[in-house]
This record gives sequence, structure tokens and C-alpha cells, in this order.
Amino acid sequence: MEEFEVPRPPRTNYLNAEYGVKSWLLTKDHKRIALLYLGGISFFFFIGSLYAMAIRLELLTPQADLTQSSTYNKMFTQHGIIMVFFFLIPSIPATLGNFLVPMMIGAKDLAFPRINLLSWYIYMLGGILTIYALLAGGVDTGWTFYTPYSTTFSNSYVIATGLGIFIAGFSSILTGLNFIVTIHTMRAPGMTWFRLPLFIWAHYATSLIMILGTPVIAITILLVAFERLAHIGIFDPAAGGDPVLFQHLFWFYSHPAVYIMVLPAMGVVSELIANFSRKNIFGYKFVAFSSLAIAVFGFLVWGHHMFVASQSIYAGMIFSILSFAVAIPSAVKVFNWTATLHKGSISYDTPMLYGLGFIGLFTIGGLTGMFLASLATDVHLSDTYFIVAHFHYIMVGGTLLAYLGGLHYWWPKISGRMYPEGWGRFSALIVFVGFNLTFSPQFVLGYMGMPRRYHTYPADLVSWQVLHVLSTAGASILGVGLLIPLIYLIWSMRYGRIAEANPWHLPGLEWQTASPPPTQNFYETPIVTSEAYEFAPPEAKEVVGRFERQRPVKI
Amino acid sequence: MAEDLATTQEHAATHSALQHHFENMEQQREAGTLGMWVFLVTEIMFFGGMFLAYTLYRSKYPEAFAVASNHLDIKLGGINTAVLIVSSFTMAMAVFSTQVGKKRNSIIFLLMTMALGLTFLGIKAIEYHDKYRDSLIPGTLIPGRPFNPSPHELHLPPGMPIGNVELFYWIYFAMTGMHALHMIIGVGILSVITILAVRGRFSPEYHAPVEISGLYWHFVDIVWIFLFPLLYLLGRHLAGHLG
Ligand code: HEM
Ligand SMILES: [Cu+2]
Repeated sequence: MEEFEVPRPPRTNYLNAEYGVKSWLLTKDHKRIALLYLGGISFFFFIGSLYAMAIRLELLTPQADLTQSSTYNKMFTQHGIIMVFFFLIPSIPATLGNFLVPMMIGAKDLAFPRINLLSWYIYMLGGILTIYALLAGGVDTGWTFYTPYSTTFSNSYVIATGLGIFIAGFSSILTGLNFIVTIHTMRAPGMTWFRLPLFIWAHYATSLIMILGTPVIAITILLVAFERLAHIGIFDPAAGGDPVLFQHLFWFYSHPAVYIMVLPAMGVVSELIANFSRKNIFGYKFVAFSSLAIAVFGFLVWGHHMFVASQSIYAGMIFSILSFAVAIPSAVKVFNWTATLHKGSISYDTPMLYGLGFIGLFTIGGLTGMFLASLATDVHLSDTYFIVAHFHYIMVGGTLLAYLGGLHYWWPKISGRMYPEGWGRFSALIVFVGFNLTFSPQFVLGYMGMPRRYHTYPADLVSWQVLHVLSTAGASILGVGLLIPLIYLIWSMRYGRIAEANPWHLPGLEWQTASPPPTQNFYETPIVTSEAYEFAPPEAKEVVGRFERQRPVKI
Repeated sequence: MAEDLATTQEHAATHSALQHHFENMEQQREAGTLGMWVFLVTEIMFFGGMFLAYTLYRSKYPEAFAVASNHLDIKLGGINTAVLIVSSFTMAMAVFSTQVGKKRNSIIFLLMTMALGLTFLGIKAIEYHDKYRDSLIPGTLIPGRPFNPSPHELHLPPGMPIGNVELFYWIYFAMTGMHALHMIIGVGILSVITILAVRGRFSPEYHAPVEISGLYWHFVDIVWIFLFPLLYLLGRHLAGHLG
């Protein structure tokens, strides 16, 4: 059994290779760009969370205490827009994906480093324009911009916000394009398609959705803007236009977009589950292809958002069946993860806690999706808090947890420092408890009839208020659970324990180079000779006398 | 043979245009080409939204679309179609000339392609101006000149809502306008390529940028090949019989 030398922490790495603001703002290094994104995304997440807290506070009592309905409309709209377009969609791909896609396939950078930097500027420009719109007066259409309200009646900054989203969309397109080309053309020698880590497959599938879906939302927003500007009539029934056409175009992107949010999270979780169980993933090819299946099927189900919007019953039935079908590849993943856990030697480090949390919460989110995909039950549940709970289970319980798990898992590689493990586990627990307390009462509320997007409810329904109070209490706990990592991650950048090159003792390529990595990622192009997640059987470990076996990498 | 390959590869690997993160020229060229193809896919989806709107409203209001379409200038549209087809040919020749190392020819063909592109845009501008004259610009896009054609000149059959005709014109302007924007960008790209060609940047070993720009140019041409019949040729055989 060969032993492989892991490079010692190098004196120069990507973080200290150059100094100064300019060296960051003009960098073409995918790792630095990932950090730029990390900053931007955290900022928008913070703003979005403030709106969330304001919404929860308002709902504490049945009356309107804090806001009038017009202000409330703006609050949930702006919460939704910031969270969806400026946090969830770029979150994992633009930070972890940007950092890791080249490292995991053994490349020096993404295929188009300049376009990568451009995408960050585009994202920030879109974000700043949107923030401007919020400060100037805000927007109140809901994140869905339904016509004709958005085109004709709304008296708010629809065009400026729309333009912000339109611009940010191009950063998504460019990121997807960069990933696809990189994964196709820049894999290290020996890195065949079926040796790719599942994180890469997930990002490949996500990129497909990004390039196929995002242009459609771009043209849709443009049409809304022109309609508002010049009253052309394309979505206006008075001129023969069709407002439901907008809904079709919008959801043709926005349903697949929910998979832009969750597929990369699934990629992270596949890494966490396999690596922290020290086992090869169960059914590698099934997990890999289920990502592609989700990307493809995800494009065929948009009509399930229009079951109660004048869609014909036959179209409704077909969209219902297809929506059930898209749950299959999602379930394949969940079953494969659980099978991977079976008889693994599991360690419950912070990233793994997040990973396990993801599995549970995503399952609940997916199963409640089935309630919504059934025509009859959806008529009752549509536009209630049940919907709100459903998608928060997937977007927060799923994507956000996976994002945090991934951030902790790769933090030693990114920063070269360890985060404090005790605090990590503690806050993971708080997040989990806070999250469930926030959103599980909302299922019940929705089932009982509480509509979404209202800031008051009948005062004589005591059970409603109890549930709302629970939810607001949960949100506060969740908020604390999110603040703790914010503090200790920043703290650890300076004071954390110095991380080894491979602190988790794993075979993945990204662990076979220094922490933090040098600018060119590897000292020499790695040559890959084994599958992803190849852990030595227990006997082999003893022979070697260490707890891990490194994947052979020629250094 | 193997040695030959090794030396050509080495030669390619040290080419001055090789960016640091690629292993060799071949990988760089592949990445660039694939990147352009992927970008063109996004373009198809972008135009796709408008094609969907077109399909929906045309099937909803076939007569209004035919009436409106008959008012487009088929001669100018036809000439423009020919102009673009020829420009695709000259573009292909420019790529070919670069590949075989004929610098002078490649520059001439690039200039011809750009000239044809500009011709197209000029003719398009004349058409737009005619529509402006006839108050056919939809909505209030042009402030002070709302959509207000004379029903007589349009040969509008009695009872047909003018709003449906306006929808056609909106789609016409959205699609051809977006296409024209792409043409302008294309001419911009080609002028950069031409400058690089004049400076002798390209050779049989390194011509990927010319090829990739060519892909873009052909794509924009193909979009027009779809737009022309869909917008200009509706119910031509019925011309004058609708009213
Ligand atoms: C497992 C498969 C899933 C199914 C079958 C499903 C089904 C549905 C259905 C039928 C609706 C519409 C309900 C209505 O408006 O009456 C819905 C809404 C929604 N779903 Fe899912 N879903 C699934 C997974 C996801 C995922 C993975 C995400 C996000 C990452 C997600 C996010 C959303 C959002 C954001 C909405 C609400 C949109 C709005 O009206 O604002 N869903 N889901
Ligand atoms: Cu959906």
C-alpha cells in the first residue's frame, strides 16, 4: 500500500498571493470570486431575514399592529424577491460551486475566469438596483409579479425591481454556462464522468436548468416592463392579451428554478452523507442520473401552479401526474442516502448534522408537495399557509441547511482554519429546532384556512393565534441559530485552529491539496485512478496504521 | 508519428494565446466553442418566449394577424433575407480563409460580412420608419405617437378589433427589434475580430475566435430565417380578400 505525501501548508496560497482591494475586485481566481459571492449573498440574506422577522412580528397578533396592508404587501414581496433571486438561486452554486467545481475535477480554474468575475458584477448590479427600488418605495406584487396587477394596477417600483432580477438572471446564466463547459472540457486525466463526485453531477444538472430556464424569465420580465411602460396589451385582456400567458412563462422558469435551488443542495448532501459515513454512496449512478432526471422532468410540471387559474381540467390532470413523477427521482436520492448511512461508520460533526437535517426536512417538504400536486386537495390548500410551509421546508429546511452544512464542511479548505466544533453542533441543533417550530405550525394553519399574504386574521380564532405565536417564537430561535455561525465563522478566520490539508481524512480531490489551496489549486495536475468516495475497508486501515487512505494523486 | 504528435502538441501548448488555466490549445478551443453553443441555447430559449406568445396570439386571432402582416413590406423583408443569407456565406468564407492562413481574404470577407449586416440594419431602419409614419408603433412606445393607423389603409375588415392588430405589431417589433439588437452586437464583435485579423493575430493554429464569432453570426441569421415567413408571409394569398 503506497503512502502519499500531502503538501504542507504553503507559504503562499490564494488568500495571500496578492493583497489589496484591487486584487480582489479584479481577481480571476474562481476561489476568490466564490468569496466575493459569499459576501454579497450573505448581505442579501441578512436583508431578506430582516423582512422575515418583520412579517413574523406582524402576525403575532390578529390585528394590524405594525403595518398597514400596503406596507405588509411590500414586506412579503421584498422578502420573497431577495430570498429567491438574490440568495437561494445563487447561494450554493455561486459560492461552494464556484470554489469547488474546478477543485473537484482537478482543474486550475473555471473555463472562463473573466466571465466568472463578470457574473459577480452583474449579480451585484442587479442586487443594487433591486435595493434601490426597495428604498425608493418598494414593490408590492408578490415575488410572482402576476399580471395584470403588476402591469396595470400596482403603484410601486415594478420596473426597477424587475430590471434588477433581469440583470441578476444573466449572472445565473453565465455561471451555468461556465460550469457546463468546465465539466465537459477541463476534467483532469482519469477523471471520467462516472468518477465525478456527485456534487459535480448536481451542479451539471443545475447548470442545465440555469441556461434553459433563465432566458425565459428574462424575456418575461422584459415583456412585463414594456407592458407597464407602453401599455402594449400583451398580458391585458382588454386588448385581447392573455394574463395567464404570463403565469405560464413565469412558472416555466420558476418551477425549474426551485430545482436550481435544491439540486446543488442535494449535491452537497450526497458529499456529506457518503463522506461522514465513510462509505461509497449507495447506487452512485442512480443518484447521478436522478439529478439529470429532475432537471428534465422539472421542466414539465409548471402547470401545477395554475390548478386554480383557469387551466383546463385535462391540462391539470397531466400536470398533476407529471408532478408526481418528478417526486420519484427526488425519492431515489433520499432512499440512496439512507441506504448509504446503513452500517456506515457515521461521525456526527456539524456538517453531518446539517446533512441529516436536510434529509428529514426535505422529505417532509417533498411529501407535502404531493398534497399540492393532487388536484382535489390543492383546491383547498392553494394560496394558504400550507403552501408557505411546503416551500419553506424545501428552501430553508433543504437548501439553507445544505448550504450551512457545506460551508462548515469546506470551511477548513476555504479559510485554512477550523470552525469551533462545539458551537457548530450547538447552533445546528438550534437551527433545526427553530426551523421546525417556525414552519410546522404553518401546515396546520394553512389546512385550517389561513390564507397566505394577509397580515390580519379573525381575532376570535384563538387556535390560529396560538399557532402564529409558536411560529414567531420559532423564527426568533432560528434567527439566533443563524447568528451564531455568522459570528464564529468570522471569528475563526483569525483565531480558528489552523486546518490541515485534509482535516476530515477524505479521498476527494479537493482535499489532496493544501488548505487554503494555492492559486492554481494543485501543484501539479492530479491524475485520477479511482472512483469517488473510495474508502479503504477496515483491515486496510490497520495495515496502513492510519485512519484514512488517500486517493492516489501524483504530486 | 508519435513524436510528430508530441512536437505539434508542444508547439500548440506554448502558443502565446494559450491562457494559463488550459492545458493546451485544443482544450482552449473546445471550451470556447462549447461555450458559444451553450450560449446559443440560451438565446433560443430567450427568443422562445416570444415565439410562444406569437403562436398563442396567432392561433387566437388568425385574421387580424393576416391583415397586419399584409401591411409589412414584403419587398424590403425579402431583400433583407437575401442579404443575410449572403452574409452567412461571406462569414463562412472568412472562417475558411483564416483556417487556411489567407489573411487578406479573411479580412475582405469579414468586411463584406459587416457591410451586409449594416445593409440589413439600414433597410430595417427604413421599414421601422415607415411604420412610424403610419402610426403603427404599438402602445405608447413612442410618446406622442400612439398606435393609431387609419383602418382604411390597413384594409381592416369591419368588426375586427384594432387591438388584435396592435398585438401583432407589438410582437413584430419585439422580435425584429431583439433580432436587430443581436445584429448590432454581431457587427461589434466582427469589428473587433477584423482589427485582430489585421494585426495578424490569427493563423491556421489559432483561429478559434473567428470560428466562434461565426457561430454567433449564423445563429442570428437563422433566427431571421424563421422570423421572415412567420411575420411577413401570413395569408399573402388572401391579400385583399379579407375585407
Ligand atoms: C417533490 C416534488 C415537489 C412537488 C410535487 C411540488 C408541488 C408543488 C405544487 C403543486 C405547488 C403549487 C401549489 C399551489 O400553488 O396551489 C407548489 C408550490 C411551491 N413549491 Fe413545490 N413541489 C415540489 C418540490 C419543490 C421544491 C424542491 C421546491 C423548492 C426548492 C419547491 C418550492 C415551491 C414554491 C416556492 C412554491 C410556491 C410558489 C408560490 O406560489 O409562491 N417545491 N409545489
Ligand atoms: Cu412547482
